[in-house]
Amino acid sequence: MSSLPGVWGMWGGYLPFFIAGFMASEPWRWAGALIGRDLDPNSQVFVWVRAVSSAIVAGLVARIVVFPTGALAAMSAPTRYGAAVIGIAAFFAFRKSLGAGVAMGTLALLFLHAVLG
Amino acid sequence: MTRMRAFWRGTLALYSVPALVLYAGILGYGAFAREVGLTLGQALALPIFLQALPAQVVLADHAARGASLAAAALAVSLTAVRFLPMTVVIMPWLRGHGGPRWHELLVVHFVAVTVWIEGLRRLPTAPAEVRLVYYLGMGAGVLAGTLASTALGYLAAGAVPSWMAAALLFTMPLTFLLAMIETARSRADYFAIVAGVLFAPPAYIWMPGFDLLVTGLVGGTIAWAFGRWRRS
Repeated sequence: MSSLPGVWGMWGGYLPFFIAGFMASEPWRWAGALIGRDLDPNSQVFVWVRAVSSAIVAGLVARIVVFPTGALAAMSAPTRYGAAVIGIAAFFAFRKSLGAGVAMGTLALLFLHAVLG
Repeated sequence: MTRMRAFWRGTLALYSVPALVLYAGILGYGAFAREVGLTLGQALALPIFLQALPAQVVLADHAARGASLAAAALAVSLTAVRFLPMTVVIMPWLRGHGGPRWHELLVVHFVAVTVWIEGLRRLPTAPAEVRLVYYLGMGAGVLAGTLASTALGYLAAGAVPSWMAAALLFTMPLTFLLAMIETARSRADYFAIVAGVLFAPPAYIWMPGFDLLVTGLVGGTIAWAFGRWRRS
């Protein structure tokens, strides 16, 4: 079993995960429970936060597809991009069905891999 | 309905449709965690600590690439701010349980999109005094399913042929992307998705370790500003 680099190996990795995971996210839930009544969930601050959060996650998605690691790296770039496009197209074609998009996109990945490599 | 009964009835959320969809994405998370070098214990610790699939992947990714603790914490925190308004929305249903206030602070750990949606749907049907316990049961049930799916994805990734592991890994980003498009409400949300996809690859080349943070802050802010401008 490989170990994580640098500070991430401390205490088997559990301590840094607790700090950068639990301690970085849980206070937002506590804040919502404690001071929530005074905040407007539809304010511009939260619209901005949603946008930043969406961009982070969309960025992560793009990076996994553009710079894949492990088993996904064995699939060629046209295969990965093609499967993503087909998955998105199927999602819209089936009236924004998450299941259809994911299923078609994944099947497309395997099909394109067989054809294109 | 007794508290005990409410708890166990809540755990049935384990088999709800949104939870089953979530588990499919979590299989991919388990496979991803193995690919980037986490141990099974670490892969299981993240969902317990975070209760948020995208944040788990963001954190696992930062750790695997040896990013600084501060950069990782900031990126995770930015994806978790959305829990604040979500908690605000569900709190009225979690009050009136007759117990001390800190019980609420424990239970809001289960404010994560799947349990939250199920909670908003089911809590109004339960008597006020058992709602908190009912929600706790829902959270515990979905967490149990989450941990089982994580372990399954993790172990499967090492046991199945590589084309199958690749398919398993691919479902996760695709699920994230489509779920974001599905739940996007404003123009800013759509712009943010596009900006994230466009900014991340160059950011990764120029600033590895801070790429997601920069993508989020720059891309998200531009998307937000663009959304405001287009509206006015």
